[in-house]
Amino acid sequence: MPLLKGHYNLEKHSIGLVIGIILAASVGGLVEIVPLFTINETVETLPDMRVYTPLELAGRNIYIREGCYACHSQMIRTLRDEVERYGPYSLAAESQYDHPMLWGSKRTGPDLARIGGKYSDAWHVAHLTNPRSVVPTSIMPAYPWLATTDLEVDDLGAHLRVLRELGVPYTDAMIANAPHDAIAQALPDSPAAAGVVERYGQKTTIRRFSGASTVTEMDAVVAYLQVLGQLTQAPYAKGDALDEVSQ
Amino acid sequence: MIAQLTRAERHVGFYLAICLTFLGLTMAAAGNHDPMGVHGFIALGLGIVLIFAVGGTLEDPEPDPSRLQRYYDDPTKAAVVLAMVWGIVAMGVGLWIASLMVWPDATFGQAWSSFGRLRPVHTTGVIFAFGGNALMATSFHVMQRTCRTRLADQLSPWCVLIGYNLFLVWAVTGYLMGVTQSKEYAEPEWYADLWLVIVWVAYLVLYLRTLRLRAEPHIYFANWYYLAFLVVVAMLHIVNGLAIPVSFAGAKSYPYFSGVQDAMVQWWYGHNAVAFFMTSGFLGMLYYFLPIRAQRPIYSYRLSIISFWGITFFYLWVGSHHLHYTALPIWVQNLGMTFSVMLLVPSWASAGNAIATLNGAWHRVRDDATLRFMFVAAVFYGLSTFEGSFLAIRPVNALSHYTDWTVGHVHSGALGWLAMVTFGAFYSMVPLVWGKPAMYSARLIEWHFWLALTGLLVYVVSLWNAGITQGLMWRTYNAAGTLNYSFIDSMEAMRPYYIARVLGGALFLAGICVGAVNIWLTIRTARDVAHDRPLAPQAAE
Repeated sequence: MPLLKGHYNLEKHSIGLVIGIILAASVGGLVEIVPLFTINETVETLPDMRVYTPLELAGRNIYIREGCYACHSQMIRTLRDEVERYGPYSLAAESQYDHPMLWGSKRTGPDLARIGGKYSDAWHVAHLTNPRSVVPTSIMPAYPWLATTDLEVDDLGAHLRVLRELGVPYTDAMIANAPHDAIAQALPDSPAAAGVVERYGQKTTIRRFSGASTVTEMDAVVAYLQVLGQLTQAPYAKGDALDEVSQ
Repeated sequence: MIAQLTRAERHVGFYLAICLTFLGLTMAAAGNHDPMGVHGFIALGLGIVLIFAVGGTLEDPEPDPSRLQRYYDDPTKAAVVLAMVWGIVAMGVGLWIASLMVWPDATFGQAWSSFGRLRPVHTTGVIFAFGGNALMATSFHVMQRTCRTRLADQLSPWCVLIGYNLFLVWAVTGYLMGVTQSKEYAEPEWYADLWLVIVWVAYLVLYLRTLRLRAEPHIYFANWYYLAFLVVVAMLHIVNGLAIPVSFAGAKSYPYFSGVQDAMVQWWYGHNAVAFFMTSGFLGMLYYFLPIRAQRPIYSYRLSIISFWGITFFYLWVGSHHLHYTALPIWVQNLGMTFSVMLLVPSWASAGNAIATLNGAWHRVRDDATLRFMFVAAVFYGLSTFEGSFLAIRPVNALSHYTDWTVGHVHSGALGWLAMVTFGAFYSMVPLVWGKPAMYSARLIEWHFWLALTGLLVYVVSLWNAGITQGLMWRTYNAAGTLNYSFIDSMEAMRPYYIARVLGGALFLAGICVGAVNIWLTIRTARDVAHDRPLAPQAAE
């Protein structure tokens, strides 16, 4: 068989094998990944989609640091029971500014894509400090140090700048004011709070997320959890989302 | 071990140790308020130890030229020991985090010991530390025997091994300090990723240089699998690891891709880490050690060609089956599902080829626990790949995804296939490279085998039950047409299965500890070289 004979000869050339492996292994990725950047419908255009504030971004980074994604997904699938349990299914555009995405792969705990606004700040603070104080049978770890660790804000401008390089539409003013905005969003009485609304929009929530007078990591995490699913209202406005659900 | 290096190799090694020390010093100085600084100090410490270890021997005499008549197995030996140590640590952490699912307060209030930080220590520890060191140990061994040549030089295997283990130490200590990119199975940050690229290129170059020196015209097909492992893992790692650091003085970076594209790249990487790290390299291991131990030739050469290229081509398409029913466009989901089902053909061709090789040697499978390890590995390879194709079918995935079924599936692959074939290979290889007639105790191998098999079955059966129960509870409607169970109901239902999982994991961990003791008792006494295969071709008698 000529094909077999060809392979018989290929086995004598290590570089030939390497090239063969590279060619065979490249096709799948090229066909499946490259069009995701070129086909426009892949990511919807949502006019009201906003970026994370510096405080929310800091909270997101703590969420990553603590490995929350190992047990909580942020991706509601187009299945009837998921839509009824968690809310409208997730759109690609909702995570378009997420470097990295946190869709997750496991639900030891519930999905968090639409957790924002479902519980009070005080509930989140109590739950993060000791989950079993509000959900007696919970197996979530306790994160008491969040409320006692001051939030690091000095380098947030650099974070926003890198994200802008990657395509997230942060403005010069947002980058310049990032550390102030992070603090101000958790201190509604401070004079800088108005600037946060000016830069990130009327819908930005400005309150003492942790209830304490200093800005801690707890403020950042709760601010992030409360904005999940709230960066855009488009998924809720799609009418009866269930119509489009398969199954 | 250092005395085996030539003077030129010792000199180059000495300068490389100085470079590592400076790298560590730079990182420690730049990242002095950041976890990256801690990693700088680790590299600095390692560099200084190496400087003193090598520096004291620079002017020692050249090693005995008779060493060139034997294979160079010192790096293999070190990698075997490292793999066993990492294996016990990583599986121990796995047992701990399995216990956290039952007793969530067993974190002692410490940040580093919460589930989210320990979980990547377990996954990186098992896959990349235990598995990776096992792959290095066996690849160094197999390429020399199948090419009938020595490693191309004596220094670069040490650079690869030490560099790779430094990467691993950075990775797992980083997780404990909260340094992570959050990309599953690719958590280490940018500087560790860059370091791994250097190490990996050195590994590939060493492999290709050794192949070039081979005394056999044909490259034995175990080596194709090791080559695919080396080449494709490099491709995956580089693309998925693209990121911009916030500052060169800190660990934090932001990945290049976002949202749906990031998800697709991540699972293109993630599933092919399964394919080319956890499968391809270990198939190389299987296809060398199984025929040798069974004393039978591989059943079919043609089948091995089909399975090799099938795996290399099909696997790269299937990552999107991790994203069924998500915001990923449906055409990609359908492609992923289709190729996942087709992948069963080369996967079963590989498993079948291995099992058919045992025809005529079943009495050895019965009597020899080492061979039985590899037989069970081939069986679980077949079962896991069937399960994988099944779970990749969209409607099945609707039930199984996000549940513990996935975790059970991964463990049937990682424990049943990856670990089992590694133990079989180690028990075949350890007596050879340490120059012993056999392992210290055949009974301890039997103990290890039955502990591992029992633990594995308890583990996967409990998580199959857990996952299916979870998936069904989430979608159960009552007569009124509303969801019947709250999320917390489904979580409470998991408790008995999670307890059973702890038990299964404990048995498996006990098994590897027995294995480590057996290996230690085998290797602690001096070498007797008579049992190894000859390096030079031998005249027929």
